Amino acid sequence: MQVVEAIEWTLACYSDDIPENGGACVKLGDEQIAVFNFNRRGEWYATQNLCPHKQQMVLSRGMIGSSGEACEPKVACPFHKKTFSLLSGECLSGEDYQIKTYPIKVEDGKVYIGIV
Amino acid sequence: MSKPTIVVVGNGMVGYKFCEKLIARSSAFQIIVFGEEPRRAYDRVHLSEYFAGKTAEDLSMSPADWYAANNIELYLNDPVQEIDRHNKTIHSLKGVTVKYDYLVLATGSSAFVPDVPGINKDGVFVYRTIEDLDLIKAYAANAKSGAVMGGGLLGLEAAKALIDLGIQETHVIEFAPRLMPRQIDTAGSAMLQAKLEQLGLRIHLNKSTASIDGNHKVESLRFNDDTALPTDMLIISAGIRPRDELARLAGLHVGTRGGILVNDFMQTSDETIFAIGECALHEGMIYGLVAPGYEMADVVVNQLAGGEKSFKGFDMSTKLKLIGVDVASFGDAFISEPACRTIVFEDTHKGIYKRINISIDGKLLLGGILIGDAEAYNMLLQTVNNKLALPPNPEDMILGARGGEQSEGAGVMNLPEDALICSCEAVTKGGICDAVNDGACSLDDVKKCTKAGTGCGGCVPMVKDLIAGTLKANGQYVKNVICEHFNYSRQELYDLIKINNIKNYDLALDHFGRGDGCETCKPLVASIMSSLWNDVIVKQDTIQDSNDRFLANIQKGGTYSVVPRIPGGEITPEKLIIIGQVAQKYGLYTKITGGQRIDLFGAHMNDLPEIWEELINAGFESGHAYGKALRTVKSCVGSTWCRFGLHDSVSFAIEIEERYKGIRAPHKLKGGVSGCIRECAEAQGKDFGIIATEKGWNLYICGNGGSKPQHAQLLAADIDDKTLIKYLDRFLMFYIKTADPLTRTATWLNKMEGGMSYLKNVILNDSLGINAQLEEEMQLLVDSFHCEWKEVVNNPELRKRFQHFVNAPAEKDPNVKFEGMRDQIKAAW
Repeated sequence: MQVVEAIEWTLACYSDDIPENGGACVKLGDEQIAVFNFNRRGEWYATQNLCPHKQQMVLSRGMIGSSGEACEPKVACPFHKKTFSLLSGECLSGEDYQIKTYPIKVEDGKVYIGIV
Repeated sequence: MSKPTIVVVGNGMVGYKFCEKLIARSSAFQIIVFGEEPRRAYDRVHLSEYFAGKTAEDLSMSPADWYAANNIELYLNDPVQEIDRHNKTIHSLKGVTVKYDYLVLATGSSAFVPDVPGINKDGVFVYRTIEDLDLIKAYAANAKSGAVMGGGLLGLEAAKALIDLGIQETHVIEFAPRLMPRQIDTAGSAMLQAKLEQLGLRIHLNKSTASIDGNHKVESLRFNDDTALPTDMLIISAGIRPRDELARLAGLHVGTRGGILVNDFMQTSDETIFAIGECALHEGMIYGLVAPGYEMADVVVNQLAGGEKSFKGFDMSTKLKLIGVDVASFGDAFISEPACRTIVFEDTHKGIYKRINISIDGKLLLGGILIGDAEAYNMLLQTVNNKLALPPNPEDMILGARGGEQSEGAGVMNLPEDALICSCEAVTKGGICDAVNDGACSLDDVKKCTKAGTGCGGCVPMVKDLIAGTLKANGQYVKNVICEHFNYSRQELYDLIKINNIKNYDLALDHFGRGDGCETCKPLVASIMSSLWNDVIVKQDTIQDSNDRFLANIQKGGTYSVVPRIPGGEITPEKLIIIGQVAQKYGLYTKITGGQRIDLFGAHMNDLPEIWEELINAGFESGHAYGKALRTVKSCVGSTWCRFGLHDSVSFAIEIEERYKGIRAPHKLKGGVSGCIRECAEAQGKDFGIIATEKGWNLYICGNGGSKPQHAQLLAADIDDKTLIKYLDRFLMFYIKTADPLTRTATWLNKMEGGMSYLKNVILNDSLGINAQLEEEMQLLVDSFHCEWKEVVNNPELRKRFQHFVNAPAEKDPNVKFEGMRDQIKAAW
C-alpha cells in the first residue's frame, strides 16, 4: 500500500532570488530554510539552514556539489566543511549528524517548499 | 540476568584505555570507575603543555559525555578506600559500596619524595597532576629562580615547565653523574647538557641534596659536598613509587620495593583482581611509560572478553623532544665493547650525538642512543626489533648514504609483516598494509580503521610511507589529484586552464572533470582562474569559499569581520577616526590584528555593502583578509623615526603591499620589512621577509608562523629595491603556478626536490628559462588590480546577494546574538 502524505506547498521566494549552483536562505514562519538551485543538474533542494555540527545558521551559504559514483548531491557547511546529502540529509563526512530536507518545486519562476 | 560488574580503581591514562578497549570488544560487562582526581582521565604525557597554553579540557582523554554515552558509571574525587575480598565489594571515601565480579587496579604511581630535612617547607612541589601544576603556577608568579631535583625524563619536563612559566633561572640537580641515566650514556648526556645549557638551563651533576634550608619556605639547597644553591622554589622529580597501598591493605602480594605482583595475565595473587600500569610489578619491573600500560590493559581485556594474550614484557625504547632537543634510546642502549661493536658519531657544533651498538659479526643492530637528531629512530628501532640484516656499511643508518648508490635493505617496505609500527595501539605493518589493500588510501582512512598513529603520533611518518609504498606496490600511481572530480594535480589543471583559456568553472568541469564538483575543487579552480585572469571573483560567487563569496571573514554565529587594507600598517589619524565611527555605527567589535591591521567583527551580512561603502568613501579599500591572497606586509617604523633604522622600511613595505595586493595564490601570503637587523617586523617568520643592510636589502623567503613555525631562508643579500622586486615577482609567480592547493610557501619549499638550492637556481640563475615569463605574468596581475568591495558597492545586482533572507531582505538573522565583554560585544554562545 502506498501512503500518500498531504504536502502543503508554501511560496518561499522567486527562482532568480537563488544564485545558480548555489544557495540562499528563506524564512518560513520562524524557520530558516536553505534553498539550493542546482542549475547544473536542473534540480532544486531545500534543507534546514542550521548546521548541526556547531549549531550555525549557515548551510545556505555553503558550496554544493556531488559525491561518489552515484553523484549524490551534497552541500558543504562553510564553517568546518561537514558535508550533507541534499537528498537524505545524512552527513557524508562520517559523522552521526542528520539534517532535515524539504520537498521543493518551482513553477512559473516561483519556488514552493512543502511542509509535511 | 544482570551483567557481571567490573570495578576499575583509578582513572588515569591506563584506566581509561582499559575502559575504551573493553567497550570496543564487549558489551557484556557493567563498568564502574573510581578516580581520586577531580577530573576525567587526561593526557599526563603531555602535561607540560598545560603551561604552554593547553587547558585541562584540551588534555582530557575523552569528551565530557563519553562515560555516560558508554554506560560507564564514573565516580570522580572519590578514591577507593578498602577492598573486601571476602564479600567482593569495595568501599569508597565518600561511602559508596559496590559489589564487583572483577576488580582492575590502575592506581598508577606517585612521586617519590626523598626524606631530606626541610622537605615540608613551602615552595617544595611534586610534578604529577594538574593540581600540582596549578600550585606550581601560583607559586612561580613570585619566584625568580627554581630548581628541579632529578635529571631524568620527568625532571627535565618539569624544568621545561619552569622555563615556560617565565622563571629566569632554572637549575636541574641530578644525583648521578649524567642526565637521564636510565636512557642515555655519559657522552650522550654531555651533548644533551651542552644543548640544554645553551637554552638557559643550569645543570648540576653528582649533587646529593643534604637539606632544604630557609625560613618556613625554601630559600636554598645544601648539598653533601657542602656547597649551596639559592632558589625560590623546588620541584621534586626523583622517581616514582607505585601506588600499592590499597592492594597491601587487602592482603595482595606486593614487591619488596613496592608494586603489586602480577603474572603474565596481569592477575594479582587474587585471580579476580588485576593490576595494570605503573602500579603493577611484572617480573621485577615497574613500567613507567604509557605504551606498556596500554598493552597491559589490552591483556586484561583479552582475559575478560575471551582471547589468549599475555604480557611478555615491553620494549622500553623511547623517543622524545626535551625542551626542543631530540632524545632517543632504543634496544640495548648500554651494551658496550667487547660484547658488541659500537659506532659513534659526534658533532659538537650542531649538538648531535649518535651511537649504535652492533653485534660482533656485524650482522645485527642491538641498540643505540640518539641526541639532537632522532629522525632515524623509527627505522633503527624496527631494525632491532625485527632483527633485520644490517647494510654493508652500518654507519649509513645514522649518517645517511653519502654519495654513491642508496644502500639496499633500508625502507619500511622491507619490514616483516608482524613488525610493530604503532606501539600505542599495537598495530603491525601487516595491519596497515591490509587496510590500504582494503581501500584505505589516506592517513585519515588508515587512522580510522586501524587506530595507528592516534596515540603519541610518533609513527605517523612511517604509516605515511607504508601507505604510499603499498599503493605503489599495487601499481597505483600516487599523485596528488585534486579530488574525485578532477584527476589532475593543481599544477596540471593550472596549465590546462591557461592553455585552453577557460574562464568559468562549469566549462573547466565539462572539459577536464566529471560529476558536479565539490567544496575542494570549486575554490581551487576559482583561485587558479583568479591567478590567471584576475577577474572579479564575485561574478562566480557560488564557486568561492564562503569568505571569498561574501568578501569578509565568517565568524562564530554567522556574522562577518571586515578588514580594510592599511598598507604597511601606516594610518592617518583621520582614517583611524573613520574606522572608529564605522565600528560605532554598526556596533562592531574592534581588534588590532597580528599583521598591523584593524579587524571589525560582528557585522551582519546585510550591513556589509554599507560598511564597505562608508570605508571606500573615506579612501579605504578591501584588505583581502578573507582570501588566499596577500594579507599584509608588516613593517617596523624604520629610518624615518628609529635611531637604529638603516632604510625607510615603511615606505618599502607600502610599495610592496600595493604591488601584490589582491593577487590570489594557493594559500595566504604574508610579508614583512624590517629597517635593521633588530628585525622588529619579524620578517623572517613570513612568506617573504626583507631586512635592511648597510648596502641594501636582504631577501628571505618561505618562512612561516602558525602551528609549525619555520624561519625564512636567505635568497639574496645586499640587493637594491629594483632587483628585490624582480626576485619577488619571480618567486611569488613560481609559487602560484606550482604549489599544491592550500600549501604555504614553507611547506612548498620543504616538499620541493632540491630544496632551497634548486629554488635559488630558478630565481637567480633562470635555470628553467622561465623568469621573463614569470615577470610578465606578475605584471599582468599587478596591472589588473581592482577593489572587490568597490565592485559590489557600485553594482546593485551584486549588492542584492548580501541578504540573509531572500524573501525578507530587510530582516537580519534573528539567531545572531551578542553579549558584552570589556565594553565591547562578543558572539553569544
